[in-house]
Amino acid sequence: MTFLSSIFKRRSSAPVARDRLQILLAHERIAVGDGKDDLLAKLHREIMEVIKRHVAVDQDKVQIKMDRGAQCSVLEIDVEVPGLTDRAENAKKD
Amino acid sequence: MAKVLVVTSGKGGVGKTTTTAALGAALAKAGQSVVLVDFDVGLRNLDLVMGAERRVVFDLINVIQGDANLAQALIKDKRVDTLSLLPASQTRDKDALTPEGVAKVIADLSKKFDWVICDSPAGIERGAQMAMHHADMAVIVTNPEVSSVRDSDRIIGMLDSTTEKAKAGEKMEKFLLITRYDPQRAARGDMLGTDDVLEILSIPLLGIIPESADVLKASNVGAPVTIAEPDSAPARAYTEAARRLMGEKVEVTIPTERKGLFDWLFKRRVA
Ligand SMILES: Nc1ncnc2c1ncn2[C@@H]1O[C@H](COP(=O)(O)OP(=O)(O)OP(=O)(O)O)[C@@H](O)[C@H]1O
Ligand SMILES: [Mg+2]
Repeated sequence: MTFLSSIFKRRSSAPVARDRLQILLAHERIAVGDGKDDLLAKLHREIMEVIKRHVAVDQDKVQIKMDRGAQCSVLEIDVEVPGLTDRAENAKKD
Repeated sequence: MAKVLVVTSGKGGVGKTTTTAALGAALAKAGQSVVLVDFDVGLRNLDLVMGAERRVVFDLINVIQGDANLAQALIKDKRVDTLSLLPASQTRDKDALTPEGVAKVIADLSKKFDWVICDSPAGIERGAQMAMHHADMAVIVTNPEVSSVRDSDRIIGMLDSTTEKAKAGEKMEKFLLITRYDPQRAARGDMLGTDDVLEILSIPLLGIIPESADVLKASNVGAPVTIAEPDSAPARAYTEAARRLMGEKVEVTIPTERKGLFDWLFKRRVA
């Protein structure tokens, strides 16, 4: 690459598109292929079931964020559990 | 109370999703709170055009079926904080779009936002009907081309007969948005002119969006063209259309590419 062309080369958008598609399709092929939710959705659902088994959580107090990546994905579940501290203290007393 | 706007066309691939993203972002940048709702169940694309595809957890059908609430399903845009997206389901069947379920979601969204913009799927089947059913306003996206104009006419008929507004005997506000307009072909007389299209469909003109490589570039990087390339010709056309939606009187022009000296000297790379 010459000096001039490196200065005037505009950042092209096609490589960005290719990267985005590769990540997305890797996830979608799993999801659509067997007609089930993808792994993260399944994890999320089962984690919620476990939480609900132990504490009554309000749907509104659960924040869920997802970031699907190429190497790894992040599922962030933020649960506001009511009165857990009281319970823990009661448990200590018992 | 929100304005519920459907972006529809009948014919596929004319630019509905591009328009939903670009108009929504332009309204949000003007300070309005906006939610974009993807009704293209099974073939969602609005998430991709908005660059939110990696962040989708829940979708419209999850909300309708009670698996998630609205707050959990809405994805806030990272660039414009008054802009949100409610994605369509990729895996579910469109029969899951029940009229009652859709009615409830639209009513709930109307309480939270100034604008609820529904991206309709192509066709005239259930998905398209659900997208328009609760609308107060419609943007009919049309390409200057015979089959697109014919399908638009069909959709206008449906807007005036099958929607809640029509059934209540009220008037649905309808606007024509001509997209993928090529001024050179129009000048050569090889493309239906905007006057022809307007005369045939006889609804008010919201804007004319030129055919432009900037639209493709924007979708490559996952941003509405009004965010990715705000000074480009299509973005300026969309921004003016958004101002007309807000009730401003802005004369309709066809924005053209601004070619500076730089562009002449160094021919631009096309993405
Ligand atoms: N003004 C424009 N200039 C150039 N390309 C455009 C323009 N508007 C839309 N396109 C391109 O046309 C194609 C179809 O656009 P889009 O997905 O928005 O259409 P659609 O009506 O939502 O399609 P569908 O009916 O499948 O949902 C896309 O590749 C998009 O980038
Ligand atoms: Mg579309």
